[in-house]
Amino acid sequence: MSQNQSKFHGLLFLFFFILGSIASVWVVLRNGWWLPELASDRETIDKIFVTIFIIAGILFVLSELALSYFIFKYAGDARRKAFYLPGTTKKEILWSILPGVLVVMILEISAEFLGGASIWGKIHGEPPKDAFLVEITGEQFAWSIRYPGPDGKFGKVDPKLISYDNPLGIDMSDEASKDDIVFPAGEGVLYLPLNHPVVLLIRSKDVIHSPFIPNFRVKQDAVPGMVTRTWFVPKKEGEYELACAELCGLGHYRMKSLVVVKPMEEVQEWLSQQTPAGDIYW
Amino acid sequence: MTGHEHSQVEVHHKEGFIRKYIFSTDHKTIAKQYLITGIIWGFIGMILSWFMRLQLAYPNQPIPLLEKILGGWAEGGILKPEFYTALITMHGTIMVFFLLTAGLSGTFSNYLIPLQIGARDMAFPVLNMLSYWVFFAASVVMLISFFVQTGPAGAGWTMYPPLSALKNAVPGSGFGTTLWLISMALFIVSSLLGALNYITTTLNYRTKGMSMGRLPITVWGMFVTAILGLLSFPVLLAGAVMLIFDREFGTSFFVPSGLVLGGQPVPHEGGNPILWQHLFWFLGHPEVYIVLLPAVSIVGEVLATNSRKPLFAYKICVGAIIGIGALSMIVWGHHMYVSGMNPILGEIFVVTTLAISFPTAILIFNYLVTVWRGSLRFTPGMLFALGFLGLFIPGALTGAFLATAPVDIQLHDTYFVVAHFHFTMATAAAFGMFAGVYHWFPKMFGRMMNDKLGKIHFWGTFIGVYLIFFPMFFQGIAGVPRRYYSFTEYNFTSQFIGLNKFITIAAFIAGAAQFIFLFNFFWSMFKGPKADKNPWKANTLEWQADSPPPHGNWGPELPVVYRGPYEYSVPGAEEDYIPQTASIKVEAK
Repeated sequence: MSQNQSKFHGLLFLFFFILGSIASVWVVLRNGWWLPELASDRETIDKIFVTIFIIAGILFVLSELALSYFIFKYAGDARRKAFYLPGTTKKEILWSILPGVLVVMILEISAEFLGGASIWGKIHGEPPKDAFLVEITGEQFAWSIRYPGPDGKFGKVDPKLISYDNPLGIDMSDEASKDDIVFPAGEGVLYLPLNHPVVLLIRSKDVIHSPFIPNFRVKQDAVPGMVTRTWFVPKKEGEYELACAELCGLGHYRMKSLVVVKPMEEVQEWLSQQTPAGDIYW
Repeated sequence: MTGHEHSQVEVHHKEGFIRKYIFSTDHKTIAKQYLITGIIWGFIGMILSWFMRLQLAYPNQPIPLLEKILGGWAEGGILKPEFYTALITMHGTIMVFFLLTAGLSGTFSNYLIPLQIGARDMAFPVLNMLSYWVFFAASVVMLISFFVQTGPAGAGWTMYPPLSALKNAVPGSGFGTTLWLISMALFIVSSLLGALNYITTTLNYRTKGMSMGRLPITVWGMFVTAILGLLSFPVLLAGAVMLIFDREFGTSFFVPSGLVLGGQPVPHEGGNPILWQHLFWFLGHPEVYIVLLPAVSIVGEVLATNSRKPLFAYKICVGAIIGIGALSMIVWGHHMYVSGMNPILGEIFVVTTLAISFPTAILIFNYLVTVWRGSLRFTPGMLFALGFLGLFIPGALTGAFLATAPVDIQLHDTYFVVAHFHFTMATAAAFGMFAGVYHWFPKMFGRMMNDKLGKIHFWGTFIGVYLIFFPMFFQGIAGVPRRYYSFTEYNFTSQFIGLNKFITIAAFIAGAAQFIFLFNFFWSMFKGPKADKNPWKANTLEWQADSPPPHGNWGPELPVVYRGPYEYSVPGAEEDYIPQTASIKVEAK
């Protein structure tokens, strides 16, 4: 193969990665980090994300440029013999292990010490006692929503009681059930108070679903047979979208719910206008 | 160690067509059978992805041609959502298992292990033949599932119950899933037969002088892969059998009590869906490395040969491969951070997952140093090996986001994950496979592949892959969920209509480039220029055999090994390579 042809491939690699790096940087400068606008208290997730983004971005550009520079620079030449470097001396072995150590240290630092472990612990820890409770139940292909009513307690549910009229199978013999406010699948809105901790209890009636609110950095699988839980504080008033993130069947792509964040008083007022379960079911 | 039973000359009688080409026990023929079956599956998988991309670029727009091809699955030219879930399921299953596990390991473990260790064949040639034919049966069953009334399996390649366990949860969970499970059970049996063979052969059939420390990196890669497969595949087999029982015989391993599906109560009680996820990912994550390690080791071999340099720090590279293999068995939980699994367990998996970046970073750095100050020769195989590095680097780095549990809350099940695994294991492994095919084609078929077509194929694929998958990182960060039939329902997904069209066009171009490969492969097999014994001037043993090697591989005497596999450009040597069989001493200046 001729020398020119060799250089051609090196140039192409260089050209591709330089162009690619510029395009990626431009895309980030123009659109920011591409994360949906943050509307909850989970800013630590964004902080860790951005830190890893910057570190990984630098490592990406450096290593791809090094690779394409080597390809360009060391293209085959009959007059030049390759540099014999078996990597068997102690020094060379140290050099080969060092980058691994560095990468792991950088990653561990960014993942754990910037608050990764503590936000993980917070999300899965005990929510504040006065938190606003709401339950969301997935079924193919919509979400049912239930509020506990003035007593702050959800009534018992029993799947055997599920019927067309009682979609969640609420046990009306339980005193706590009477003031629950129930929205059957697809008919409800997730009304959440601003700047107040919200506990989301998550259930599923059939297969695995996963409520995902991109603006809140919230995602937690809805596992049939279990109640999973997550909690957060909505920080911005407005309307948001809740999607399903776990494949649940042919309607997975349209399993949508609306999330509305309003000041606490407005949420309470809205709740007081709804009909409690005791007046509908018996 | 030296395989005494092989040291006598074996006379091979002329064989009939069936013994020679179909029910052959020759490891080289079996490798070719795996390769060609793998290529067929690869094309089927790729065409399935075209249908997916068409739907994502043109949602709800009738394409009359689709109805002609797919019939009832695209009535009026619009793909049905249930067929879309079947497409993602089958694309994943086919590409991960049938192309990148059977097609890759099956081809190169079979072809390279005996040749590179100086053996005449595998330890158990009949078992080897059986392994291919069980895989063939698995392929036939999987193919039949496309033609059953309710369509092929549709619960995703991960087959999460209850979606996969309840027959009316999605049309594909009917007979299609039964066939999927039977096919996978057969597939696993085939993998186990192969893995047993690879391990035994590597340990017991090395020729005189071929110590473990002189094995080419490829053999190490295949060896560790086989061990991983042997340890993890049986767990999925157990899971598949349990799922068959849940579906057919009324057990409840994975289905809890109290479910109501479509208004009808489900009779199961007492199971737990998360149990399946543990069983699945206990194989599923090592599987990523079962796919990756053969590719990464092929790339190491091709890089060293075509850089005319020793593989930098060979022993550290081998250690890294063993380390990746060992760690890959204890990281599966990072697929389950938001599954409802105990959050403390999640934190433990963060640590093990980040730990696996240690051997991986070492390996990639060593490969970069191997290229540094080499005398690079751009054969198509070399281009694909370099391309592998170019793809694997962003893939591995984005793993850091997903390994970090809190960040994974946002990115889990989005296009970020799709982009990540397509870079790290899917296209990277495919590039490793292409590198291997271009590199060993002269040995396999005794003819050279066309150089120019190979290079066009490389650039079409490399640029195509980047244009398809790199934008998906950004889509994923913006929250776009994966496995969505259409992105028209949400404001945060519908902003990408234009980008989706762009990706679809790139997918068609990159796909079209594969037909150049297909043509080159079959045309060169019959019409390519004849290859000599050692066209790349490489050191490893297979290049001392004829091209193609006869049944039994070697002449009357087995080769004897005097040195390691990577003595390239040794100062003081006459040539820039010293085959492993050369007994000369080189005085370093």
